[in-house]
This record gives sequence, structure tokens and C-alpha cells, in this order.
Amino acid sequence: MTANPSGWRPSAPVNEQVEGTTVTGNRALTLEEPLLFEIGSRDQTGVDFETFSAPAQAGAVNDPRLRPSPEHRLAGLERSSLDLPGLSEPETVRHYTRLSRQNYAIDLGLFPLGSCTMKHNPRLNEKLARLPGFADIHPLQPQETVQGAIELINILAEWLIALTGMHSVAMSPKAGAHGELCGILCIRAALEARGDAREVVLVPESAHGTNPATAAFAGYRVENIPATAAGRVDLDALKARLGPDIAAVMITNPNTCGLFEPEMKAISDAVHAAGGLVYCDGANFNAIVGKVRPGDLGIDAMHINLHKTFSTPHGGGGPGSGPVVLSEALSPFAPLPYAARQDDGSVVLIEEEVGAEARPHSFGRMVAFHGQMGMFSRALAYMLSHGADGLAQVAEDAVLNANYVLRSLEDVLDAPFAASGPCMHEAIFSDKGFGGGLSTIDVAKALIDEGFHPMTMYFPLVVHGAMLVEPTETESKAGLDQFITALRSIAERARAGDQSLKAAPIFAPRRRLDETLAARKPVLAYKTPAPDGSENGSASKYGGG
Amino acid sequence: MRYLPLSDADRAEMLKVIGASAIDDLFKDVPAEARLDGPIGDLPNHASELSVERQLTALSRKNMVAGEVPFFLGCGAYRHHIPASVDHLMQRGEFLTAYTPYQPEIAQGTLQMLFEFQTQVARLLGCEVANASMYDGSTAMWEAIGMAHRITRRKRTIISSGVHPHYVSVARTMAKFTGDQLATSLPELAAAADAEALIAAITDETSAVVVQYPDILGRIADLTPIADAAHASGALLIAVVTEPVALGLIKAPGEMGADIVVGEGQSIGVGLQFGGPYVGLFATREKFVRQMPGRLAGETVDAEGKRGFVLTLSTREQHIRREKATSNICTNSGLCALAFSVHMTLLGEKGLGQLAQINHARACAVSERLSKIPGVDLVNDSFFNEFTLKLPVEARPAVHAMVETNVLGGVSLGRLYPDVAALHNGLVVAVTETVTDADIDAFEVALREAVQ
Repeated sequence: MTANPSGWRPSAPVNEQVEGTTVTGNRALTLEEPLLFEIGSRDQTGVDFETFSAPAQAGAVNDPRLRPSPEHRLAGLERSSLDLPGLSEPETVRHYTRLSRQNYAIDLGLFPLGSCTMKHNPRLNEKLARLPGFADIHPLQPQETVQGAIELINILAEWLIALTGMHSVAMSPKAGAHGELCGILCIRAALEARGDAREVVLVPESAHGTNPATAAFAGYRVENIPATAAGRVDLDALKARLGPDIAAVMITNPNTCGLFEPEMKAISDAVHAAGGLVYCDGANFNAIVGKVRPGDLGIDAMHINLHKTFSTPHGGGGPGSGPVVLSEALSPFAPLPYAARQDDGSVVLIEEEVGAEARPHSFGRMVAFHGQMGMFSRALAYMLSHGADGLAQVAEDAVLNANYVLRSLEDVLDAPFAASGPCMHEAIFSDKGFGGGLSTIDVAKALIDEGFHPMTMYFPLVVHGAMLVEPTETESKAGLDQFITALRSIAERARAGDQSLKAAPIFAPRRRLDETLAARKPVLAYKTPAPDGSENGSASKYGGG
Repeated sequence: MRYLPLSDADRAEMLKVIGASAIDDLFKDVPAEARLDGPIGDLPNHASELSVERQLTALSRKNMVAGEVPFFLGCGAYRHHIPASVDHLMQRGEFLTAYTPYQPEIAQGTLQMLFEFQTQVARLLGCEVANASMYDGSTAMWEAIGMAHRITRRKRTIISSGVHPHYVSVARTMAKFTGDQLATSLPELAAAADAEALIAAITDETSAVVVQYPDILGRIADLTPIADAAHASGALLIAVVTEPVALGLIKAPGEMGADIVVGEGQSIGVGLQFGGPYVGLFATREKFVRQMPGRLAGETVDAEGKRGFVLTLSTREQHIRREKATSNICTNSGLCALAFSVHMTLLGEKGLGQLAQINHARACAVSERLSKIPGVDLVNDSFFNEFTLKLPVEARPAVHAMVETNVLGGVSLGRLYPDVAALHNGLVVAVTETVTDADIDAFEVALREAVQ
């Protein structure tokens, strides 16, 4: 970590530090970029169109409805104005390229957001997802014209079933939280089918916020299960709460403290004995893929984030893909559409057209069409590339990297569960021992100046000032050592109460942003300033009160 | 393994630092009986890039590619030309491989893009504010129904017969679990939609009326009377747009009084992709913003007073409010929002208008050609780039027969409404700028043959 590995001396050294500003606000490669609405014009476009020639018409048209009168065809609803600026192609490319350079990304460096599994996104996946046979097919094409696509969905489903040891998989959910909803709705449908209305879903207090939000949406009352001092679900407290009103328990395993729940099978057995069902949040599947099959732990439903474990890109907030693996008990209730291999080897998507009657208990449809095909092709390319041996290696290296970070920093950062043994794929630290009123956010922002994306901050809630570090398996040891050196230095400054941390980040495109101001007076769309200087929202001239 | 940087020497050294003798020591919390001994038996081992490329390419070749045949499908997904620079910019690693912008100081690229996207969507749909995207149009529509429920504190929603049946199916599924009461009905093969029936059905218990514009059969109608009637009863109007290119030519729902406008953004920048990922558009009035689902990017300043953008109003969201959140949505469709925004920036008002004109003119011409086939009638009085034909035979077998001649000739209503015999002769045809004169000729020949 030096800018001068050769040890050479400059022949004309610069003596004074220049603190200058520039007239443009730019700083060499760090370029300011105005909003599209400040540089675009309503008269500009970056697209040329072919001139259209109407096909020759045979004979006169007498039916008045067939006269090519736009006024008639458009029901008199022609639009007068949109107020949407355009840019030429070079301006467009420059605008977005400049914006892109204000982003951190895995392609630039370690992105250790806990529970997010920011691993390398292989470019082979991008290439294959763009094959016209996958990218340029319509979801309502007759099934005989998309056999390859349906077969791909089916192959991916078979991999997911094999890797999880479950009975079947619902492929259509669009992201993790959507998959959670799918799983909980399967559970509710199954309970209702047996005439067993239950009202409560138990969620550990360390759970992702999506878990309680999902259970509440599905009409359940949510109750928390406490954690033990060792960071696990309190099995005794859970057992004590089980009863005829408990519909399901939602467990994350490995949990959000980065620990495996060793009593998972006992939890499942106890829930089943009380007539409930077990939902597992699969966000952390990367720690155990190829090593442990959730089906062997008594789980009834689990979503898999293809955009975490199986490397499809996060894209600045999606798209995701959240297939849900199901136990035999829940399979009949899975939503349409549903891929199934036939006796003759062909594959069909079971949907309304080809026989909803084949799945009479299905709880319905969660999306128009079939789910995230573009993510399926990427995830399958990833799985085939790794194979069974490579996927087990993924889990091992992810766990190894996290433990290496944990043990390399536990002398300078409080690691609340370090004494209870190894972590899984993420290491958790607290802000205990920081001096001078410094908090986790100050450490996180200082990491930005050192060229790293911060870890997950203040989550899970059960650890004070939590810092959840998930390095993933695609980091080299040299990369981890750099990160450890940087975080160690920052942690030492935090323990010493170094107030300069509160100014971080200093070198990012922006200093700390005022989130309170943003929330108090929300400005969510650009408003064209009026000539007199007041804000005359061009967006608000429509849809008024 | 090409994606795994650690060498065996690295692994050994790291284990030593950790104080473990073998990797299995790190999995000791996993009960032995749950641990697998070796690689999962039935799955193959790792493969080269070349091998994986061969396997997936072989699968892709079993599909009939829309761009290689005369292609006329729509019904919620439309094939438009996407400029090359859109995909180039999406593949910038700084966009492609970034996470949700939780650290705004190093995510201004994504945040400014989302702020621009929100503004573009709001203006296109004729509303004041829009969010940073939903999964797709169908889930956006359901979220809008839930939002109307929260705003009006009423649970009865009237859904027009012109709404895409998959969208209705999603809403019906969700309503089973939330206790919302949905009044739905089936479309008829007629030029007029159901505006009068919708207005007649509104009561002072109605939460919202949901209409699609243009509707599933391609029809267009002024939404103002429905909006007025809904508002008179304290209900909201939710409008659904599955083909946003139409709004380059016809009035936006927000201009006609819709309170929440949702849409499927796929046709601008995203591509067909067999149904996903797509991008849900969601816009509304400023006064309802705190009841909105999903992420919102907002303007602010940094500690030096420079303009910047952050995710805001997150007290609506699951990671703060948990079981009291407005939605459980977390990951949305950021990269597709980027594709939409770049394409919209290239088009601008001028380009979108031209694109919409070409689509409409082509569709007018094709409707004339096809409705001259004996026995084939045009159902619509009004349409943008999609219309419905009533065939003298069932449309489903006709569609399959056209496939035999390599023509993808529209969506049969039997595919969408398998149980509704009265619709089985309906064929929905979409015509975009990608359709050539030769495609139209081939389609006409194939359809003429298929209906005989």
C-alpha cells in the first residue's frame, strides 16, 4: 500500500501543497455532472428514425373505422406536451459515464456489505444472458417456440432442488422479499387448506426487516423471538411460545450475526410438532451452498437470492430474483407459472392456458409472466461454471475469508460472538471501546476515504453499533490484507477518540450528505426554475389537486 | 476455479492465522449429520467458459427469436429497437456491480440517475412524483391498490375489464391475503370499453377504480369522466400503462385526473427477455408521497453545501418500520430503471413523439390490411400500436398454425382467458417500428391461411 514502490525521487519535486479550487468544480478525473434537465433540450434527440412508407393499399376503404385518421384512432386524446429533454448520443454517453464514475462498485474493490453477498459478477453471464434466444423472446410466445427457455428454467430448478435438498421450487418471485412473500403465502394457503387458521408468525429480533414486513402483509401478527447472549435463537423461549396460534417461524440461517443455528433441526421439529411451518430466509445461503442442504434441516420454504449466492449483478438496487424452494407439504400450493418436465422429456410451463387444473391448490399468480429470465440465464451460467465441487469451494472460501477478517481484527474491534467459535461467511463487530463519542458511522465513512465500500452498519439491531463484514469468496488474500490494514488503522483511531473521523469522507465525490434536510423537505423530482427565479414545477402543472 | 482467487498456500496460511487446522473446523457449528461428505452427487463438476457457453448457446437456439421472424406480439411486453449505447452504459461496472445506494457519498451516480428517472417517469405519466422503480407493472398495480386502501381507509376496489388478466390475477392473489375486495369483470370483443359500468359501480365504499390505458384489447378512452366520478365519491383513480411509448402521442393519465399511475417500463430500454427482469413505474400526487411504496431518491446538500442525492423518506420502508412498512419491497429494479432512463434521454420528447407516431401509423396500416381478410373484423375504434381482431375461427390454433410458417402473429385471447369461450376468436396484434413491410406481407399471408 504505497504510491511509490520503486523508491525513485522526482527530478523536479513540488514543494508546497496546493489546496486549490477550480472554476469548473471538477478535479481532474473527478468530474461534476449537471442534471439531465439542466443540459438537455426538448428539441434534441439521440435517435434517428427510418422514414415510414405505408404499404400499398388495395382498393378503397369504406368502413369509417378504417380511415387512417389519427384523430379518430386516438379518441381525440393527442398529447400537447411532455417536457422531456433529450440529448444527442455523445452527450448521453458522456452524461452517464460521468455519473458512473461517482459510484463505488465491486469491479473497483472490496464491497463487504454484510448479508448482501457482493461477489464478483462474471462477464460470461452477461454475455450469455444477451444471446438473442434468451434476450429477444416474448413471454407470450407459443410454448413450442420457447422450448429452450422453458428447459433452462427447468434445469435451473433442478440445480436449486439438488443444492437445497427440497422437493420443488417456485421460480417466479422477482426478488428476495418477493420470495419471502411467496413462501409465507404458500404456508398460509397450506394452513387454510387444512382448516387451521393461525394468526402469529414468530421472527427473531435479529431478522432482516423484510421478514416482519412480509408476515404483516400476509395478514399475520408478528412477534419477536429473543436471541441468546451467544447470538443464536433462544430455543427455550421459542419452544415456550409455540402453540396452536403460531402459523410459522421465520429463521435466517446462517443468521444475521454470521452464525449457524446449530439447533435448526430441533427448531424445525418443535415447530412442526406444534402444527406450524418453518420459513428460512436464504439470504445467507452463500455460507453453506454445496456444504449443507436446508432440506435436511426440516425447512418448509426458503427463498434463494440469485443476485447474492449466484452472482447476478445488483445493478445499483436490482433487479433481483428470488426463487423459493419448497417442502413436499407446501409444493401443491406454489404459484403459477410452474415449470415441469413431462414424461416424454419435453418441458412445459404450467400456467392458465396449459392447465391450471393440473395445480388446483396453487395460491395464484405473483407476477405477470414467468419471473426473471434474464437472471435465470446468468445464475445457470454461474452454477455450471462452478459445478458441485466449485460451489462447495465457494462456501469454504467465503467462510475462510470472513474468519480471517474476524481473527485479524478482534484485538482492535469488539467481536461480541468471537468467543463462541468460528463465524460463517460474515464477521460481526460492535462499537464497544470507541472513544470521543465516535460511532460506527465514523468508521464506515473513514473506510470510504481508504478506498473501500463500508460494511453493513447498525444491523443486526441486537448488536450495538453493529458492523457486519461479508468479504465473499471472490476476494484475494492480498485484497483482504489491505482491507484489514485500513480497518485496523481506523479502529485504532476510533478507540483513541480521533475527532477527525467525524469529517470523513474527505476524498469522495461528496462529503456527508444531509439526510435530515432531504426528509424534512422532500424534493423528489426536478422542477424547472421559472424565469423570475421562483420554482415553478413543470411536473406539477399536470395532475393538479 | 477461475472465479476463486485463493491459492492452496493462501488457504493454509489463513487457517493458521485463524487457529484452525482444517476448513471443516470452521463448519463445526453445523451438526455432522447435516454436513455433506463431498460434492453433491448428481451435479456435474466445474466447467470451462467455453463449455458453459456451448451448453447455454445450445439451449438458446431452441427458441424462435422475435427479431428473426415476422413478430406481432404485445399484451404487456413490446419489442422496440434499443439504441446500442443503452446496453453499453448499463454494462459500465460502476452501475452494473454497485449495490443499493446505502452510502450516498460513493453512490451519487446511481442516486442522481434515480432522481432523473423519477422526474422522467413523473412527467411521462403526468404526475408530480414517481418512485425509483418497482419489480414490474403487475406488482406495481397491486401496490397501488394497497396504497389507495391506506389513503382512503376503504377496501373495495373496482378493476376494469380492460386490465391485463395477469395483472388482475396478481391482485386477486394478493387480495386473498389482505382482505381487500376486488370487483372484476371480463372484457367483450367490442369497440367500447366499460367506462359507464365502472362509473355506475362506484359507491362511497369504493377505495379505487383501476383502468388500463390503452387497455388489454388496445382501446383508448378518456379517463376524465371516471376520475370525476371516483373523486365525487372520495375514491381514487389508478391508471395502468403497459405500453409507455403510447404516452409520446396520447394524453397522460395524470393529466386526466388519475391519482396513482403505474406502468410497465419494459418497452423503453429493457427488451423482451421472456418476461423479466422488467421495471415497474409508479407515480402519484405529492400529497400522497408518504403512503408510497418503494425507494425514493431525493435532493439534498453535503457538508460543504454541494448538491447531492440520497435515498429518503425511508421511514416508510421495511428496514426501518419492519411490520408497519408500506411495502416489503427491498431490491427493486435499479438497472432496468437505468436502461429506461438512458433510452428516454436519447429519445427526449422529440424522439419519443416520432417513435410513437411511427408505431401508430404502422399499426393503422396493418389493421387495414388484416381486416380486409374475409371474416376478420377489427374490434377497436381507437388504438395506439395494438388492436384486437375478431377471427372467424378460434385464435389459439390460428396462432399455432402461423408458427408453422415462422410467423409470430399476435397473442390469442384464449392464451390469456382460457375459460372464456366468448373471447376465443380474439387475436391481439401489436405493431411497432421494428416491423418491416415484408413482415406485414408474411403475416397477412399466414393469417389468411390460418383462418380459412
